[in-house]
Amino acid sequence: MIRLGLWLLAALLLGGIVHLATVLLLPNVATNDAYARVSAIAPVNSVIPVPPPTPENALMPFMDPAFATSICRYDLSRAPLKFSVPISPAYTSVSFYTRGDVAYYAINDRAAGRRVIELDLMTNAQRAELPENEDITAADRLIVTSPTTTGLIVIRALTPEPGWTPAARSSLAAARCRPQ
Amino acid sequence: MRLLFGTMFALAVAAALGLGTTWVALTRGTAYGGVTIGAWTAWPKNGTTGIDPYARAMVVRTGELPVGSGDGVAFYASTDDAGESLDGRCDVLVSGITPQARFWTLTLYDPEGRLVANSIRRQGFTSQEIIRKADGAFDVAVGPRARPGNWLPTGGIDKYQLVLRLYDTPIGMATRTGADAPMPSITRRGCQ
Repeated sequence: MIRLGLWLLAALLLGGIVHLATVLLLPNVATNDAYARVSAIAPVNSVIPVPPPTPENALMPFMDPAFATSICRYDLSRAPLKFSVPISPAYTSVSFYTRGDVAYYAINDRAAGRRVIELDLMTNAQRAELPENEDITAADRLIVTSPTTTGLIVIRALTPEPGWTPAARSSLAAARCRPQ
Repeated sequence: MRLLFGTMFALAVAAALGLGTTWVALTRGTAYGGVTIGAWTAWPKNGTTGIDPYARAMVVRTGELPVGSGDGVAFYASTDDAGESLDGRCDVLVSGITPQARFWTLTLYDPEGRLVANSIRRQGFTSQEIIRKADGAFDVAVGPRARPGNWLPTGGIDKYQLVLRLYDTPIGMATRTGADAPMPSITRRGCQ
């Protein structure tokens, strides 16, 4: 009886370890996460419009149908990236996700404070390599550092009413993400 | 022989227990650090690098992208204020005001996060589309049959959830109670 109890205790401990290990490792082995879904439609370092979600078809679950969305799947391994998007009439936001779908930075049109959201995206190493004499503290140069070499930039423009869709789409169509 | 049997037994129980608890944790949506106001719950931390491992695993499993914290915050409701799960065959009234935000959207999804097909192709409302009463509050009738005013059709599905997203809002990780963030009430009116 005691022996069975000991075996059960060992099983419980081991079960706990299995539980924690699977939860922690899952993000590294997932094959149908947002990054993988985007990879299927988007080449690297270019802005691709995402089809609006419908009941039959959506790139990802829980997409907000009130938004026009474009995505840039970036790869910083060769060079940092220059990103820009003109703001749309209602509300524009730019969100940054790591390779593992973690949101690490997001900015909206009001925070940007200008007609165009412009920024430089680079890895920590590339940031450290920036020449000293360059005025990187200049207020007009926003630098975002990505924790991972690859990831996603999600650009979204709100269409508060259906008639606003063309305006939102056209501002997204002017979005650029290019290696420097 | 006894040792071998014991080891096999322990390993089998451990595998079943470990994988089973992981499955339950990831499918039932037991994330930590939620802000619950009435029937609504948000996980503002999921839009930051401080996202907890359970939420990360869940996000990766479903394939969604959480709303970034500099963008907005999403409140989810899958029950009404009385705790009954939202049934698409019932008439439900979402009524009240929303917390401070530049824009908000209210969207209806099935439990897997898909939009729901319906005859008028309405999946939600934006703060600009909604018809308000004189005091600024709004009523949204959620149900299978057409209603005057703001009607959000359910398509008659048996289970759905509502997502209220606030954009450019001070609501976030510091928010704790309904006094900071007045969320609309969700009341069941009747079922077919």
